Amino acid sequence: MNVAILSPEISLGAAAAVILLAEAFSAGNLSRVAILALATLGIAVSAAFLIPAQLAGVPTSSFSGAFIQNGFTIYFKLLMLMATFLVLLGSGRFLAQAEGRRAELVALVLLTTAALMLLVSSTELITLYISLEMASLSTAFLAAWMKHQERSAEAGLKFFLLNALSSAVLLYGIALLYGITGQTQLNGIARELVGGATPALLLALALLLAGFGFKVSAVPFHMWTPDVYEGAPTPITAYLSVASKAAGFAVIVRVLQTALPGVQTEWVGLIAILAAVTMTVGNIVAMVQTNIKRMLAYSTIAQAGYILVGVAAGTGQGLGAVLFYLAAYTATNLGAFIAIVEIADRTGSERTSDFAGLHARAPWLAFALAISLLSLAGLPPLAGFFAKIYVFWAAIQTGLGWLVLLGVLNSAISLFYYAQVIHHMYMVPAPSPAPGRSLPTLVAGLTVAIAGVFALGIFSGFFMGLAETAARTLTQ
Amino acid sequence: MSNNAWLIAALPLGAFALIALGARRSPALSAWLTILAIGLGGALSLQVLREIAAGARIEQSMEWLPLGHGLGLTVGFQVDPLTAIMLVVVTSVSLLVQIYSLGYMHGDNGYSRYYAAMSLFTFSMLGLVLANSLLTMYIFWELVGLCSYLLIGHWHERPEASAAAKKAFIVTRLGDFGFLLGILFLYWHAGTLEFRGLEEAAAAGRIPAAALTVGMLLVFCGAVGKSAQFPLHVWLPDAMEGPTPVSALIHAATMVVAGVYLMARTFPLLEHSATAMMVVAVVGGFTAIFAASMGIVANDIKRVLAYSTVSQLGYMIMAIGLGAMSAGMFHLFNHAFFKALLFLCAGSLIHLMDTNDLSAMGGLRRQRPITFIATTIAALSLAGIFPLSGFWSKDEILAAAASTNPLLFAAALATVFLTATYMFRLIFLAFLGNPRGQTHDHPEPLSMTIPLLVLIVPSVASGLLGTALFGNPFGSFLEGRAVTAEVNLPVAGISTAVALAGILLAWVLYGDGRVEASARLAARFQPVHTLLVNRYYMDHLYNGFVARIVLGFGWLSNRIDLSLIDAFVNGIGSTTISAATSMRRMQSGQLQAYAWAFFAGTVALAVVAALPLLMGTR
Repeated sequence: MNVAILSPEISLGAAAAVILLAEAFSAGNLSRVAILALATLGIAVSAAFLIPAQLAGVPTSSFSGAFIQNGFTIYFKLLMLMATFLVLLGSGRFLAQAEGRRAELVALVLLTTAALMLLVSSTELITLYISLEMASLSTAFLAAWMKHQERSAEAGLKFFLLNALSSAVLLYGIALLYGITGQTQLNGIARELVGGATPALLLALALLLAGFGFKVSAVPFHMWTPDVYEGAPTPITAYLSVASKAAGFAVIVRVLQTALPGVQTEWVGLIAILAAVTMTVGNIVAMVQTNIKRMLAYSTIAQAGYILVGVAAGTGQGLGAVLFYLAAYTATNLGAFIAIVEIADRTGSERTSDFAGLHARAPWLAFALAISLLSLAGLPPLAGFFAKIYVFWAAIQTGLGWLVLLGVLNSAISLFYYAQVIHHMYMVPAPSPAPGRSLPTLVAGLTVAIAGVFALGIFSGFFMGLAETAARTLTQ
Repeated sequence: MSNNAWLIAALPLGAFALIALGARRSPALSAWLTILAIGLGGALSLQVLREIAAGARIEQSMEWLPLGHGLGLTVGFQVDPLTAIMLVVVTSVSLLVQIYSLGYMHGDNGYSRYYAAMSLFTFSMLGLVLANSLLTMYIFWELVGLCSYLLIGHWHERPEASAAAKKAFIVTRLGDFGFLLGILFLYWHAGTLEFRGLEEAAAAGRIPAAALTVGMLLVFCGAVGKSAQFPLHVWLPDAMEGPTPVSALIHAATMVVAGVYLMARTFPLLEHSATAMMVVAVVGGFTAIFAASMGIVANDIKRVLAYSTVSQLGYMIMAIGLGAMSAGMFHLFNHAFFKALLFLCAGSLIHLMDTNDLSAMGGLRRQRPITFIATTIAALSLAGIFPLSGFWSKDEILAAAASTNPLLFAAALATVFLTATYMFRLIFLAFLGNPRGQTHDHPEPLSMTIPLLVLIVPSVASGLLGTALFGNPFGSFLEGRAVTAEVNLPVAGISTAVALAGILLAWVLYGDGRVEASARLAARFQPVHTLLVNRYYMDHLYNGFVARIVLGFGWLSNRIDLSLIDAFVNGIGSTTISAATSMRRMQSGQLQAYAWAFFAGTVALAVVAALPLLMGTR
């Protein structure tokens, strides 16, 4: 048993423990910068364990094959570490103000990331389920962080209850799969499933997709998303919208590709339908939102729809496109959310109409938000444009032309609400100058995210190459 | 160094970024950043030139938009002799012009903005010559167009300047549209946009002959726009509204030769289509004489030089169309130096007089003796007088025309005559005779005089690089093998005689600064004069006829857009929003409702999954 394979996760756990202890020994007065420094150290050590095992490196597994490390998992883990790092940097004054409790918050975020990293590496259903629950439980705590605010407490409770529901459904699916095959190992399941689709298997498939659909906010399992995203503290929303979602997609493609290739025709159809409904509903409902966090919640639902298009393609090319899309989406969404953390902090409002004239008051924030929104809408030369191109192109190759057409129409719709925010920021005159300077850490986080949005777009070929290499190791 | 040749382009981009990010607050810092970046780039370019001369060839590209199945787009750079020559021309002229601008633009309100745009321009132009594919080139091609727009309109508060900037942008965009179509067309047939791939495809006959002709003619449209060839030449004279150093760098020495460079770069493709070659040669030859004839009557010193530039560009294009690619490039090389010098001299006079009007100058040889000498040397070089640089390259082009196409040869000879006449008309009117206008009494800043002195050297001597005397290093370098240069003595004799005749005519008419000769001649040859002064009514034609059709079409489209398309789009919009409103109502915040939706979704998914089984299709 090779425990060292867990070093990246252990590093994060150790960092969380150190932060909690340091907080205890400093009588609850550990400074924000000190906490951030410790967290960054933990993340850096974790990444340092991952990077030598190169993306195309030899896969290693441990714990009787329940845990694997290969290019695919490394890609996702690095992505999530980067996202965690940027979220912590971009949390701005929220962390500064959370006097006395911020160490717990940061420690919980690190532990959640560790759980998500375990999830990405799980190749056995029970391990997978436990990791998922670990991540979900801490997510509920994080959502309810501002426990004295009704909205935040409600968000945490809603997430907890609905998540329990979806976990039950997922567990039912897992149980059925075990009943059919007698296996919990993903590749073992694939070995047993040679006879094609049976009613029980299709039911298991539907239950699994419902459970995973909940995690990535696919319609109609998305209902929790707007309420939780709006109620949770904005940095936590940012975290949920990128790290949790990336892990969710990692699990979906892993289970579908390694355990269920025998029923590929069936799941391609189901995923295609989910993709179609998800992007359409997400975009249409986003149009009438007035709160920017709610709007972005629906926007992330729509983005999940586009990613599902790539999953539905089901090919190696589609898988590479999904991985690239997730990287592009992570950079873009973090850019948008970090900007909103700061804007909402300064204006004291999350209503899009209160963003009027922002470009005059905070030109860099307005520019960063505008670039992120344009990338989400899929305009060249930003990351979002190329991400969509690759995903749609992969889908066209497998004959999902109708889905791509719908995706293109959806992109056109989405521009409406994204552009509306930009319109407010740049065209509507400013009511009054807002005071305040941004924390340097926030500016740094925002700058890295926006640089990523540009770099992933302009050098998309290079990053797509990385994503495809990583994707290839999944099915090897 | 050649492996990292992209650095040469990246340096001015860095200068631009630094200026934009904050250095703009200090005008002097902005200027020196630009000069430093370009100076370094120039030194690196010389190093690259040496490595290429030693036989190095570099090409690097990366996948930019991989689409699988051998499809996709790449971007990259390459360095070969053609690129190396252009790198040296661009960086050296740019460096001198930036130094000159220190004095010329001194005290300008937009000093930092000027240098920022100049840095961006130099980056774009260097990127253009480094590009290894039509796609990469096109990106930079549009960027230089943008910079040209920004710089022509530098004094945007002057309506003429902003109108000229718009005109330049729109007219060249017309050509660029053809260029883009050509790119798509060639991609469709060859499946690649890299120059090497295209050349191989053309050489192997994988591109049908007719398709190659069409594709190359479309690409040529881009060159017609950018290099101001007939009938899209109308923007260049107006572009003289920009600051004079801009005219020297962008609208004489570098950007406008991008079209020539494009044709030289794609010459291996062009070669395979006799029709396209013919069209290119005729357009070039016609433009040469056509523009020169307008230069005879212009009274604005910069416009005379602008027509001269159009005319000389026509020469280069014609040379390429005649198959004498290396002669065309040689002329480009020489022209860059002496034409930049002419513009900087004109700038020196304008700086002194605050006017562009030749009839208000006169007698300036006394106040600006260095400018006088420099202008005369550059003009002699341009007219093609032995042994100055212009003589050698012009002789090569004339020799190529003489041996292939007598009609084009005649046109080229006539152009030589006109060129000599208008250049010496300019010199006699500006420098000889008595002063006719007020001059400032300030000495010229050293930063303006030194570039003039430096540029005299290549204006005299750069032509020697293409002579048999020194073993034709230019031609051998460009072709990558030993090429001998022969002076075609009869042609050289005739052209020199014709040029001297042109100078003589200018002397007879305008010697001693007789500005009244213009009026007398205008009265004598009234119909011709009217035609020339009105620039063959080309601008009128565009403004009246074409603009009316375009605007009419625009009006019609607008009506259709408002009444049909907008109504349709608005209809979709309002339907969507009402759908959204009703969907939003489902989002009640009720936990029970959410749970219901979740289960309903799960059941629906299960039903859909089982549908094939239920229907008995499996």
